[in-house]
Amino acid sequence: MDFAISPEQKEIQELALKFARNEMIPVAQEMDEHGTFPMDIFKKAWELGLCNTCIPAEYGGTGFTSLDGVIISEALAYGCMGMNTSFMANDLALLPIVIGGTDAQKKKFLTPFTEKFQIASFCLTEPGNGSDAAGLKTTIKDGGDHWIINGEKMWITNAGHADLFVVYGTVDTALKHKGICAVVVEGKTPGIELGKKEDKMGHRSSDTRGVRFNNVKVPKDNMLGAVGEGWTIAMKTLDHSRPLVASSALGGAWHALDLSINYAKERVQFGVTISKHQAVQFMIAEMAMKVEAARLLVYKAAWMCDQHMKNTEVASYAKAFAADSCMQITTDAVQIYGGYGYSKEYPVEKLMRDAKLIQIYEGTSQIQRLVIAREVLK
Amino acid sequence: MNIFVCVKQVPDTETKVTPNADGSFIETSSIKWIMNPYDEFAVEQALLIKQANPAANVTVVRVGSVKDTEALRTAMAMGADDGILVEAGDNLDSFSIAKALKGAIEKSGKTADLVFAGKQAIDDDCLQVPQILAQMLNLPSVAVVVGFELNGTAVKAKREVEGGALEVYEVATPCVIACNKGLNTPRYASLPGIMKAKKKPLAQHSLADVGVSDADRRVKYSGFRLPPEKPAGKKYDATDAGKQRDVVAQVVGLLRTEAKII
Repeated sequence: MDFAISPEQKEIQELALKFARNEMIPVAQEMDEHGTFPMDIFKKAWELGLCNTCIPAEYGGTGFTSLDGVIISEALAYGCMGMNTSFMANDLALLPIVIGGTDAQKKKFLTPFTEKFQIASFCLTEPGNGSDAAGLKTTIKDGGDHWIINGEKMWITNAGHADLFVVYGTVDTALKHKGICAVVVEGKTPGIELGKKEDKMGHRSSDTRGVRFNNVKVPKDNMLGAVGEGWTIAMKTLDHSRPLVASSALGGAWHALDLSINYAKERVQFGVTISKHQAVQFMIAEMAMKVEAARLLVYKAAWMCDQHMKNTEVASYAKAFAADSCMQITTDAVQIYGGYGYSKEYPVEKLMRDAKLIQIYEGTSQIQRLVIAREVLK
Repeated sequence: MNIFVCVKQVPDTETKVTPNADGSFIETSSIKWIMNPYDEFAVEQALLIKQANPAANVTVVRVGSVKDTEALRTAMAMGADDGILVEAGDNLDSFSIAKALKGAIEKSGKTADLVFAGKQAIDDDCLQVPQILAQMLNLPSVAVVVGFELNGTAVKAKREVEGGALEVYEVATPCVIACNKGLNTPRYASLPGIMKAKKKPLAQHSLADVGVSDADRRVKYSGFRLPPEKPAGKKYDATDAGKQRDVVAQVVGLLRTEAKII
């Protein structure tokens, strides 16, 4: 058993952290306040090879493992969880193609992402179904030589800038899981109608909105897998993407821990730095413990993907534990900063707002527990 | 065209430096090493020239311990073609380092058209190696450079002088350029660059291989210790108006006899 990351992974992590510190942290606050999409930073990260880490080498990708991917995403989330949501959404949308696509589909849809900076969106959630993903209402009808998509999607990350959508729909709602299909829709296809940008509590620099598909026609070749295989592809995608989402919570929690340590060593109360007060020490010890435990779970969940082991259960441990820990840690960071922590002048209130979303998206903390219970009680 | 870039590996800027147990050097076991920040400008300048002249070859040279080769790997991941490591302790003096760099450049079999280095290393802040190296190589040098243009063999180098004025030097290649902040914006090592760097050639020599021995040391370190902690200042109470005259006389007396500053 080896808990050390490789020297190469260490270098990759250093680069991603350097990028987070130099490019993301200095502007994160301002972009959060104005809800500015991080287009330039996203592009720069892509140029350095920090994005789309899921694309295999044979399709022009960097050929990173899932573990490499979470190490990068953890470091970028250290810079800003909100911006990292936009970066990660690309992987989330491309993963179904990596998992369920044919060789020709991978060449057609993945390779362009390695040649030119492009943005992708994963469209599963709808206004009426979140946790109950199989209850989706969007329809995919056979139009002869093409598919016709009709329906409304909600909370779609990157939608306002997407060059490509991966859309889940059903050929027949009565078939439940068995009717679900995944199709690739190019961003410029007629009939795609974007909703207004959501005004969110956190992750404000990431673009989130509803998308309506009105008689959107896509070639037959754009379906991933066969009719009815969409659900399996979506679930496999989540097994891969949950460690990634968990790594975002981990990165945010790590940043909150570092900020708390630095602040506690500077802030003087009762004649000594607050780091000398046991009440604060205990909070920081708790944070450090949870960051380390979350990291071990996240890395293990990703490592299991790389070993082609079924990681559903561990991925849910990682996602729920990292997200819940991040919420607790960022809340305590605000507590340690006291009044300053509640002010937008200081960085921790943003972390607290950002943390909340990770307990909600990509399977709430409750859904993760449901998944875990189902697995362990089998 | 052969461009050499001299890099040094220094403790990360956030390191809390402490002497080691026997006081012979600093404690290095827990240090995170980075490329000297001024050397990043040197690497970037060499890479900019390579971008304009694809035939140019950029070699990074470092003298130091073999344990951690962060600086060389970073430079090659940024785009340098190959590297040379002269294995040595971390406490060499400037003269020995310059001589080792000269030996390494000569041993490479390539004739240097340009040699870049950072103007100083942020650990010992000696600001000597580029100039000593230039002297040893018998080449012109310009230090603290913030602007650089190359036209064939003609170099125009700008350097900052007191008062914010700029001096412009015209020299011909080959020459040694010591780079300052402001010269350029160093690029990041990209992830594909990090992968490629593994396969780039890295030559390793000992100090003896490049003709450096202990006799070359001009400076020997006799010991390392932290500066003594400053004792707390003394306070003299002059709130009582009646005693103010006496207190002032006492302080002035101490400044004369104890502090000896007046």
